Amino acid sequence: MTTKLQGGSVTRLLLNDRGGRWFLATLAIATVLVLALNLLVPESSPLHVSTYMVTLLGKYLCYGLLALALDLVWGYCGILSLGHGAFFALGGYAMGMYLMRQIGDRGVYGNPDLPDFMVFLDWQTLPWYWQGFDQFWFAALMVLLVPGVLAFLFGWLAFRSRVTGVYLSIITQALTYALMLMFFQNDFGFGGNNGLTDFKDILGFDLQADSTRAVLFLLSSLALIAGYLLCRALVNSRYGRVLVAVRDAESRTRFLGYRVEHFKLLAFVVSAMLAGIAGALYVPQVGIINPGEFSPINSIELVIWVAIGGRGTLFGAVIGALMVSYAKTWFTGAFPEVWLFALGALFVVSTLWLPKGLVGVVGPVLERWRTHRQQPALKEVADHG
Amino acid sequence: MVESTHGKSIPDDTLLYLDSVTVSFDGFKALNDLSLLIRKGELRAMIGPNGAGKSTMMDVITGKTRPDEGKVLYRQADNSSADTDLTRFDEAAVANMGIGRKFQKPSVIESLTVWENLELALAGRRSPFATLFHRIDQTDEQKISDTLDLIHLAERRDDLGANLSHGQKQWLEIGMLLLQEPELLLVDEPAAGMTDEETFRTADLLREIARERSVVVVEHDMEFIRALDCRVTVLHEGHVLAEGSLDHVQNNQQVIDVYLGR
Repeated sequence: MTTKLQGGSVTRLLLNDRGGRWFLATLAIATVLVLALNLLVPESSPLHVSTYMVTLLGKYLCYGLLALALDLVWGYCGILSLGHGAFFALGGYAMGMYLMRQIGDRGVYGNPDLPDFMVFLDWQTLPWYWQGFDQFWFAALMVLLVPGVLAFLFGWLAFRSRVTGVYLSIITQALTYALMLMFFQNDFGFGGNNGLTDFKDILGFDLQADSTRAVLFLLSSLALIAGYLLCRALVNSRYGRVLVAVRDAESRTRFLGYRVEHFKLLAFVVSAMLAGIAGALYVPQVGIINPGEFSPINSIELVIWVAIGGRGTLFGAVIGALMVSYAKTWFTGAFPEVWLFALGALFVVSTLWLPKGLVGVVGPVLERWRTHRQQPALKEVADHG
Repeated sequence: MVESTHGKSIPDDTLLYLDSVTVSFDGFKALNDLSLLIRKGELRAMIGPNGAGKSTMMDVITGKTRPDEGKVLYRQADNSSADTDLTRFDEAAVANMGIGRKFQKPSVIESLTVWENLELALAGRRSPFATLFHRIDQTDEQKISDTLDLIHLAERRDDLGANLSHGQKQWLEIGMLLLQEPELLLVDEPAAGMTDEETFRTADLLREIARERSVVVVEHDMEFIRALDCRVTVLHEGHVLAEGSLDHVQNNQQVIDVYLGR
């Protein structure tokens, strides 16, 4: 009964979202296919998908979830955050702390109570803010709470003071930059420059094992699907229409009696939490988290993913993230020095000629093709009449 | 009866009373000791040359601008005993107390449909969580349909706000105001950029609305003011210059000197 009801509401959610249906179906099929080709097809077969590839794709899916989070606030509410990488990195650090504690006495120094970098710094006891991270549930809670609370405090101050537009973008950028500098400090207690790494296992499962990698990939895919449905539910509700109203005509929305700052705040906090989840799934797959993840350039690259994919569509943002990340992997392998120029060119092209991103170009073409196919007779009449 | 700062008494059917309001921007007094009284159910036109303080007056009433001096007393329908000083509230709070505002430039939500624009304006709870789980009921749908008929946009209900003509946007915005179910509507230059026919339809619409609510209209178009057939206030340099019927103010020598005679 419950399943049927949920199935019903998901159908209703995607009723007017053809792109979203295609996107989710493709994602689900691709996930199953990749897993089957990885786990069931022998390594000797040319069809075999390597575990390296599975992990790479899992990493892209995390980027996709991060792009989705940004599209919720930028595409629908007009908040151009240039510091969203910070929430991703904080979620990643929360997961990294759990993975660090899982190492136990298997570190280089063999200290069962302290991570290696603390032994190296000659610390005697675990700092208070590391307490609890040996428990998975606590770490998982922090993955949501730390980005969520930071977004709440930051958003509360910024939105209440009516900081908008470029000024808001600049202070979000400053936020992630400040966090990067803090995390670089050895004394800050998060491994400084090197960050957290040398992870061994998660919930008792070996992180290097093919099966663990496959499950992490599957979880990333499921998180992306769930995140998509959540964001779609938000933007389809009356709440979502208020967000669009804030984006298009903020002061009009105020005079309609909506407390704009509260609407922005909720979207910002939900978005930060989604970014945190993306970071938490990313870290066990790549095996490291360091302050570089706070780097402003990461957040800007994230904005480019969304812009190229097409903002305000949700699935467009994910597609942009997947495509640009793939291009980055390819470029940095083949022509490493060209990548930043290619990225810059992509941004210029999408700003000048693709204001609605790839989705804005491909969508209408598909639409025309569909109507053409469905009503050939009508089209003929139109052509000859 | 309440006493104003000038010692004059305020009639019982007062809805809004601006009491010696002064607003200055870098020394320039946009409103200079402005006092103004709007009664319940009144339709009032405000005229005056550019810079007379008409828009600033609306900003002060709706909580956008805080005055340097003076009070804006508002008597809500549900608690007629105590007056509220609107200068202590922000835009959203003032809107929820029953004061709706239409801007000079039509501002509808361009990427929402006509129907969605009206639904957004619909009176009701305004918190994020309330909107998250809001389901529209039949009474509300009926209200929106009735409003669509009133503003002549029934056939455009599924079109985007961006695709309406200038006049239609103005009407949509008036429709949105109505669905807020305000006590008082502040309407800034509703006839700007309209054809003659649209102008007269708008005047009809506002007279229709003024049967149940108080309406303050700021306008330059004298034909339109005549069509409204109501009491007129002339503002000049942030102060009331004259008040009365249109004929009365049109024959006032001061008004002719500063405004009409130009």
